[in-house]
Amino acid sequence: MEAIKSQDIGKADLKWNIEYLPERCTMCGSCIATCTLGAIEAGVVRVDKTYSEDFQPTPLRTHRTIPVIKQVKSIANACVGCGMCEKVCPNNAIHPVRNRDNRQTLLSRDAGPIKRGGRTNLNAQRTLDHIIVGRISQMTDPSLDSIRHTFDIRAPFGRVLPAEKLPFVLKDGKLVMAHKAPPVRWIYPLIFSDMSIGALSTRAWEAVSMAVAYLNEKCGLPVRMSSGEGGMPSKLLESEQLKYMILQIASGHFGWNRIIKAMPRMKVDPAGVLIKIGQGAKPGDGGLLQAAKVAEHVQAIRGVPKATLSSPPNHQGLYSIEESVQKMHLSLNAAFGFRVPVAIKCAASATSVSVYNNLLRDPYQICGGFFIDGIQGGTGAANEISLDHTGHPIVSKIRDCYLAAVKQGLQGQIPLYGGGGMGMTGNAAADAFKMICLGANGVFVGKMLIQLLGCVGNEEGHCNACNTGKCPTGICTQDPRLVKRLDIDRGAQKIVDYVLTFDKELRKLMAPIGNSSLPVGRSDALVSTDKAIAEQLGIQYVC
Amino acid sequence: MCRIGSIKSKVAFSPSKALYLMLPQQEGHDNSGFAMVMQDLYGIFTPYKDKPLLSLACTQRGAQMVEDFMDSHNFEQLAEWIPVPNNQPGLDIKAMPYYIFRNYDYPEYYRDKPMAEKEELLLDIRLKLRKILEDADEGYVYSFWPDVLTLKEIGDPRDIATYFRLWDDNGCLMAKSIVVQCRQNTNYDIVRYAAHPFFLQGYTLCANGENTFYTKNKEFQKSLHRGYVGFESDSQNFLYTLHYVLHELKWPIKYYKHVITPLPFGEIEQREDKEVLKAIRQSLANLEINGPNTIIASLPDGRMITCCDSKKLRPVVVGQTEDTVAIASEVCGLNEIMPERDMTKDIYPNEREVVVIDNDLEVQRWKQ
Repeated sequence: MEAIKSQDIGKADLKWNIEYLPERCTMCGSCIATCTLGAIEAGVVRVDKTYSEDFQPTPLRTHRTIPVIKQVKSIANACVGCGMCEKVCPNNAIHPVRNRDNRQTLLSRDAGPIKRGGRTNLNAQRTLDHIIVGRISQMTDPSLDSIRHTFDIRAPFGRVLPAEKLPFVLKDGKLVMAHKAPPVRWIYPLIFSDMSIGALSTRAWEAVSMAVAYLNEKCGLPVRMSSGEGGMPSKLLESEQLKYMILQIASGHFGWNRIIKAMPRMKVDPAGVLIKIGQGAKPGDGGLLQAAKVAEHVQAIRGVPKATLSSPPNHQGLYSIEESVQKMHLSLNAAFGFRVPVAIKCAASATSVSVYNNLLRDPYQICGGFFIDGIQGGTGAANEISLDHTGHPIVSKIRDCYLAAVKQGLQGQIPLYGGGGMGMTGNAAADAFKMICLGANGVFVGKMLIQLLGCVGNEEGHCNACNTGKCPTGICTQDPRLVKRLDIDRGAQKIVDYVLTFDKELRKLMAPIGNSSLPVGRSDALVSTDKAIAEQLGIQYVC
Repeated sequence: MCRIGSIKSKVAFSPSKALYLMLPQQEGHDNSGFAMVMQDLYGIFTPYKDKPLLSLACTQRGAQMVEDFMDSHNFEQLAEWIPVPNNQPGLDIKAMPYYIFRNYDYPEYYRDKPMAEKEELLLDIRLKLRKILEDADEGYVYSFWPDVLTLKEIGDPRDIATYFRLWDDNGCLMAKSIVVQCRQNTNYDIVRYAAHPFFLQGYTLCANGENTFYTKNKEFQKSLHRGYVGFESDSQNFLYTLHYVLHELKWPIKYYKHVITPLPFGEIEQREDKEVLKAIRQSLANLEINGPNTIIASLPDGRMITCCDSKKLRPVVVGQTEDTVAIASEVCGLNEIMPERDMTKDIYPNEREVVVIDNDLEVQRWKQ
């Protein structure tokens, strides 16, 4: 008998097991060629059997050695459950199954902290699913008709002045602007969140930006997309489509060399600038792009050599919020002639309200939006310990910030955008609507977009290999062979179709509460079946 | 659904006319109350048009509290009308023990102050009186303003009128402008403060409908002005916004409609004044109203306005004769008090229209 050692890794230790039916397998090899993680390999098994064909035992013996597909028993090559083998197999001979009793999490720390992409796998609770749109217009006021009535689904992006500070003068009985007010853009309340070229394959990023252009130019929906940290192709910077893009500046300042050089040649202003201070998936951590993904074109856009790019946790040189407002907001506003709104994105935190209060009271009135990213936000790469154990849920945080502004009569002056887990269950419209009723002006989504492109990752430990450069769907990799797996036209179409349905579904929720414009802060439209949630959010408890 | 109405006339008329305007519309309301704000008063108040008139309903103790308060704040009583009720049996009215309508002169040191300062004083006094009476649960103060009288009561409007002898047309209570409503609010608790019309610093307003942005409006208005209090009804939001736009921001009246029912962005973009309209929309997003509504308001300068929600979900009609203009939720009200008018000239404002009646009874209508 072969000796075993307890420390040896077996299938039972791994999160995902390959189930394989040799009688169906033709050994075509497609599954092995498709598996990007090296989780399966071709091998042989010895099949020795002793049997009898008579009523009396007359032992016969067969000996066969047959080729099979085997799971690689190693943590480095552990199956992530992506299911590409199953997708490619013509005979349904192979598929991954979840192994509940695995020991992988415990055993994976030999080479330092575990890194992965995706969302938190521990804190995927869904507060929004305990909230119902429960105030229906029926007798005292009529519901609207979601198909026939007109709806005004737009959200402000930019610093909104209080009415008494608007630079109005009265001329011939009409109000006219005496001078410029801070720029405010009215955009679609669904922002495509910041996923960089680098985190995404160039092609995946292109698919998202194509969807944005199509939604704007063919569907009339002013959807805006944030570039992510790391800049953009010069061609896009110098194109008309720049007006759909929110340029992000994060702590690594990657890509800004190219952006600044392109400025004299920009035909239009960008939609905005987003200063990324933090990210919900890994608050307190800077961006992370592992060397495997720093391909040549990424090096070119960012102006870096091939190396793991760890952005610092803070913007260097900023040590207080006042400074952030004075230095970054002012200089970025000035860079675009005060024509482009500059917003800020922070990870949701127990301190978010303080940050928002500081921004609201800033004497320059220069912050054009506060983006709060909750713990359920996704990422291309992070330490798993950050993903699962740091962060803050978004729902109550948006509410807290909104109510803090209400208390001071400042609501609406700095638009609030919430993200992190929006559309996690597939229905972003319901999530967005509830967030808006709680006080958000709009929401931002990222992970959901790549899921529409074909990403199979989820918050239950499925795939999440975004950091490895081996993304099985060709979305989060720079490997040209893998990138080919993504059909960008079909991907873009999928996003467009989703947003068009999102728009219809938003109307389907606005109509029964009798609103034709977004019910920002209309918490009376919501009820909760959970007492603690109702109490925390200040909405009605129902059962 | 409420029914609302108003009459503006070159000739002073009695409150019974307002009742005749409202009673044919009774199928649409539940006859649960009667409330009116009279402006530009005649009859016994004629000599005191420039002196603030206090309108309140209270208990005996409440009356004493008000008297003490006004004395201690150096307001000098000039005239008073305390209706002697016709308390015949069987009337459907939840009457308060006392109704007091009393003219005061300003404290001596205030008499030469500009009107703007007097306006603030009158508001402060009313708010303080309201607080005193509310804390002690001894009564309600509705308005304290020159040339304005407010009466509100719970019960059947016909019986309320009988109780106050409003059918008598005895000439003691007359006005050239009345805004009226015949129902207690139904969505919230029945309290006298929740009955339209509402009044603030010369602005009177009543609304027929539902404001589904009540919560947003309220949360914003609470910190806008000390006079924006109560919020017993979602219709108070309209009044406070009217006051904020005209009195606080001092914008021309045409911008009121742009605040409560802003144009869709698509339409704004087509307009020359798009920068202004967008700025208004974004800065006052929390004052936008949604839901089915019609409002009727009268302004401190005597003008009267009406407009509807942006989907025209509630009706309103304006009719006129040579010396009177009346506004009502339903045309049957107009037919009752002005059957002789040219009905082809009745105005049914659309969802983007505002109708303004000036003091010469000239009717202006424009699109926002």
